[in-house]
Amino acid sequence: MYLIRRFEEEAARAYAQGKIGGFLHLYIGQEAIAVGAAAALKDGDTVFQTYRDHGISLALGSTPEACMAELFGKDTGVSRGMGGSMHFFDKANGFMGGWGIVGGHVAVAAGAAFKAKYAGDDSVTLCFFGEGATNIGGFHEGLSLAGLWKLPIVFICENNQYAMGTPMSRTSAIQDLTLKAQGYGMHGDRFAGYDVATVRERVQQAVDRARKGEGPTFIEIETYRFRGHSMSDPAKYRSRAELEERKKKDPLAITKSQLTDAGMSLEAIDEVEEAVEEVVSAAVKAADAAEPAKEEVMFDSVMATKLGPKNREEAEV
Amino acid sequence: MRELRYREAVREAIAEEMEADESVFLMGEEVGHYQGAYKVSEGLLARFGEKRVIDTPIAEAGFAGIGIGAAMTGLRPVIEFMTWNFSFVAFDQIISNAAKIRQMSGGTIDVPIVFRGPNGAAKQVASQHSHSVDPFYTNIPGIFVVMPATPRDAKGLLKTAIRCNDPVVFLEGETLYNVKGEVPDEGEEELIPFGKGRIGREGTDCTIVAFGRPYYETMQAAEKLAEDGIECEVVDPRTLRPLDLDLLVESVKKTHRCVVVHEHWPYGGPGAEIVDQIQRHAFDWLDAPIERVGSLDVPMPYASNLENFVLPTVERITDAVRKVTYSEKK
Repeated sequence: MYLIRRFEEEAARAYAQGKIGGFLHLYIGQEAIAVGAAAALKDGDTVFQTYRDHGISLALGSTPEACMAELFGKDTGVSRGMGGSMHFFDKANGFMGGWGIVGGHVAVAAGAAFKAKYAGDDSVTLCFFGEGATNIGGFHEGLSLAGLWKLPIVFICENNQYAMGTPMSRTSAIQDLTLKAQGYGMHGDRFAGYDVATVRERVQQAVDRARKGEGPTFIEIETYRFRGHSMSDPAKYRSRAELEERKKKDPLAITKSQLTDAGMSLEAIDEVEEAVEEVVSAAVKAADAAEPAKEEVMFDSVMATKLGPKNREEAEV
Repeated sequence: MRELRYREAVREAIAEEMEADESVFLMGEEVGHYQGAYKVSEGLLARFGEKRVIDTPIAEAGFAGIGIGAAMTGLRPVIEFMTWNFSFVAFDQIISNAAKIRQMSGGTIDVPIVFRGPNGAAKQVASQHSHSVDPFYTNIPGIFVVMPATPRDAKGLLKTAIRCNDPVVFLEGETLYNVKGEVPDEGEEELIPFGKGRIGREGTDCTIVAFGRPYYETMQAAEKLAEDGIECEVVDPRTLRPLDLDLLVESVKKTHRCVVVHEHWPYGGPGAEIVDQIQRHAFDWLDAPIERVGSLDVPMPYASNLENFVLPTVERITDAVRKVTYSEKK
């Protein structure tokens, strides 16, 4: 969790320095969900996330070097500089992508779960999205089919209170989002996501159910992002007081106090934090020094079948 | 060689590939118990079972997405749109997802999926059910677009599409499903490669490029013109992306004149693309500006007299050829 936090703080700094372009959506404040959920999985499981994807990718085992390099648009990035912040992919670690269109990946994630059922393997798919996605058609069609076919998937709605700048009170007729999933015949669960152990335990229950063939679950997890929707968002739609109140439930602070309560010394925690600092600063240095994204990868990666353009001349009009 | 109807040729391709590869399945509305809205999938449910011939609710975005996710994780879905008109509600899945995942993932995730179904106007189904969708899908890098006119091409190209490791948009035609044509005998497997066109009729006076439904009007027009001594060469590119430019240019270099016939509307699209490619690669061989014949630039009306007026007709094709060959109607 601390790695994700520090990784993203450094990413924000690099963004301000102009080393990262495009959109950058930070996960700061929501870390307990990615880490808790990833801990409930095993090899062969797959995970789909929105464009707010750095946290889950790191939690699943992507290296900070490859993640930072992707943000810097480098060839050593998790998606070789083709995806950027919104489109991390790390198939080896089960991460099937950061997806850029709200609701667009929900049915696709259900497709990965469909494959598990079709092939008769016991893998499970996690599909993350925000509360804003629960209003779009793609979400409903994905849930509808997953419920109908009892697919081994867990839908995790990270309700961070704002769909970009709009609070849920102005986007949804109901505030308990598990009600939306009830109509698709699936289990529902709803809890606050500030304590990583709770997240792991509750997601584990849903994952186990899916693995046993008992169908999908929809989980709504209450959370809060401390930063704006993206780097360009000063978050003027919420008050300073609200933010400060929410920061009292910072999952990192909660975990830290849990650790000291359990007998871990502050020195030991410091050591972990220092190790993280080194990893993150090494990742930034490596990303800075890495080769820029390559033209040949850009052309080569479009299709598996080699009938497309191989260079600029062939790709022009 | 045997004669088969277009729909039977499509069905054979699906069945043969399902027989050969357990990871191939067919999914869509009414493909199973109903036996296919256009009877393309007739008998496949009995043969392969519910696991592999899968009826869906009316939810194109949903089942297109399921197919993409299944393809990303190792299956080979054949997704049927009851007609391509309904693909618009799944447009985002095809464009933002199927076409983008491979590059977006740095080339690590393949998406071997076929989206197929009848394209273009049928008979008096009016404007919302009469789209020729090829201009929309050919604009997008990351997918192949195939538009076979004959049963043989449909079978050979669909087999290639199902074995392809990339997304394929496969455009059939409702009015083509009953067309009969020669198809290689059972046991004689034919895979037709993408990017290879076919000469439908040889000629020396004018090249007519035609694909999909108006290929047949074009062949009729060519026969009619031959009676007046104008010998047309009809070239069917069969796949619109990639395009067999070499074959088109070779033909134009021989005939020095060209007409492009397509069902889609006149603004842009593969018709305009083909004209552009030919003018750039065979400019010095052309003796007249290239003409195009397409659907008229209006939404398709219901009334049959008007529908026939909007679609490319034999007469409009012959007129275009006479124009580029500077020959008067006899």
